[in-house]
Amino acid sequence: MKADPRGVLTGTHFMDGDHACCEGALAAGSRFAAGYPITPSTEIVERFASRVPTVGGTFIQMEDELAASITLQGAVWGGAKAFTVTSGPGFSLMMEHIGYAAMTETPCVFVDVQRGGPSTGLPTLPAQADMMQARWGSHGDYEIIALCPNSPQECFDLTIKAFNLAEEFRVPVMFMMDEVVGHMTEKVVIPAADQIEVVPRRHTRKPVDEYLPYATNGDLVPEMAHAGEGYNFHVTGLTHDEHGYPNMTPQIQDKLVRRLQNKIRDAADRIALFEEEQLEGADVVVVSYGITSRVAQRAIEAARERGLRVGKLRLITAWPFPEKKIRELAANVKAFVVPELNLGQMVREVERAAAGQAKTFAVSHAGGGVHNPEDILKVIVEASRCQAA
Amino acid sequence: MPGSLINDLGNPVEPFLRSDRMPHIWCPGCGIGTTVNSFARALIESKIDLQSLALVSGIGCTGRVAGYVKLDSFHTTHGRAIPFATGLKLANPKLNVVVYSGDGDLSAIGGNHLIHAARRNIDLKVICVNNLIYAMTGGQTAPTTPDHSITSTNPYGVFEPSFNLPHLVEAAGAVYVARWTTFHVRQLSRSISEAFQKKGFSFIEVISPCPTLYQRRNKLGDGLDAMKYYKEKSKVRHGAPTNEVGLTMTGEIVVGKFVDRDRPDYQTMMRTQYTESLGERFVEQPEMVCDCS
Repeated sequence: MKADPRGVLTGTHFMDGDHACCEGALAAGSRFAAGYPITPSTEIVERFASRVPTVGGTFIQMEDELAASITLQGAVWGGAKAFTVTSGPGFSLMMEHIGYAAMTETPCVFVDVQRGGPSTGLPTLPAQADMMQARWGSHGDYEIIALCPNSPQECFDLTIKAFNLAEEFRVPVMFMMDEVVGHMTEKVVIPAADQIEVVPRRHTRKPVDEYLPYATNGDLVPEMAHAGEGYNFHVTGLTHDEHGYPNMTPQIQDKLVRRLQNKIRDAADRIALFEEEQLEGADVVVVSYGITSRVAQRAIEAARERGLRVGKLRLITAWPFPEKKIRELAANVKAFVVPELNLGQMVREVERAAAGQAKTFAVSHAGGGVHNPEDILKVIVEASRCQAA
Repeated sequence: MPGSLINDLGNPVEPFLRSDRMPHIWCPGCGIGTTVNSFARALIESKIDLQSLALVSGIGCTGRVAGYVKLDSFHTTHGRAIPFATGLKLANPKLNVVVYSGDGDLSAIGGNHLIHAARRNIDLKVICVNNLIYAMTGGQTAPTTPDHSITSTNPYGVFEPSFNLPHLVEAAGAVYVARWTTFHVRQLSRSISEAFQKKGFSFIEVISPCPTLYQRRNKLGDGLDAMKYYKEKSKVRHGAPTNEVGLTMTGEIVVGKFVDRDRPDYQTMMRTQYTESLGERFVEQPEMVCDCS
């Protein structure tokens, strides 16, 4: 279906990534946010707080991130499309509720504008060190989707995508911004509402007596009902059967947890978004995401000027990790170079997917700034000289 | 046969329960089932529209109530029933949202949310079953455990002061505060019905026995002994100053309706503020009508 024009600020804007993310949420049809202030993400909810009473919706500033991350889920079961916004320390507090959303299959979006860590770390400076936390931060086995924008324009476009994926798969989607992308101001084009596709809720059409809240119909994603509609359904974070009732047997646990995993893994190719450039005939492929992809671009171009055959693969979907793409490339290239604002997170996935077919070089950075393109270039040069695996 | 007699007459609260989930997990002598009975009777008496009613629980013995009532019901995470319920209520203001949980869930791990929801005056009906202990996990000290009680984590006796929950929530801003015990089943039903008539944050504390853990360790007898204690030592004092209603292990239990006052609830205040500040630019939140796929 098309976006509700009331939430769409059609036009050409000069806007930072945080504000663009907020506009993306409104365009996607989100009319509910719960948040707790934290740098460098606060501008997103500040803008939402200012905008939402003029389009019909609610913002509530909660007492902490534990509250914000579950209040939004209550709103979802009340019928809203909802999200919350945070940064590292707050993201840590939200982990239990990411697991709750995964377990109860509550479609929602968690925006993490990454800053340096661990702990309070670097409140106003960038990092990309929450990538593994986004994937593994809550306990137990589960799958989520994570997207990484690299510009204010993508903060708008991909926030809509994040809400759409959340609805399609009934999964919490992590929107992994970083401080630079959040605070960078650039041109943002917001199209007309009728140019924006939004995915509606997978609401059941079944009559009350035929509805089973967690029964699936082949595609692994169950249909949802909302409170107040007469379905008298039950939702629990305990292991549950198709009725939504607690059933703590190894058999039901196996069935449920494998389905939660497979509904995302089986669709990984469909979910995977990446930007590629000159992969054909490349010796070295630079794999990057978020702000680092823009810094890496300069290093890639400098390497090409030196005659090196360098391809670019920018991850837009970080999770599920596009391992098939990496595996295919690994058969034909000598090495991957993976710059990121952490001491080695997504590079482990690249190395795992490459499975020894190609070498993997990390270009780590502890955060607090972005890479010097020279540092990436040096590693590209080194990688180009290495013996093929 | 007695069985057929019961079937003929029907149990009036059965329509409110998920009978397919019986038997429940609660111990013999536990008071939680009694509170559910009073709750169901309040639903009958107040003739509330059941379709508009949602029940939210946290974790613990009382947290399991959500799984046994035939309502839209949510068994959330430990301590977070109130913020979940807040989101549910704000997204769909037409819902009557009940939070049904235990003392540890609501006042320890969820204590911050309890006071802030009361401060904001979110229109929630909170039923707090207070069995004075963490029961599900085996009888550890709760913020409500009376002084000198023996628990598994204070094997030599509790020495930290406990919360007086009515006093806490009144100070934080609740518009309706009452306390009963599981001996006072009719009074409890009446209070729940009254809370449904209030707009704003209502809090009903129900003192309830835990024979398996609290009473056994403290040599206070079984469920029946608890009833005798509640009968003998409870004193009805409507309007009692809440700073005078703190609990001790074997002393008097002040029960009654302590607070019944009016102030605008969160959504009313929000609407008033937006109307005042934004004028015609303010757009009411439309009813959450699902765009079905």
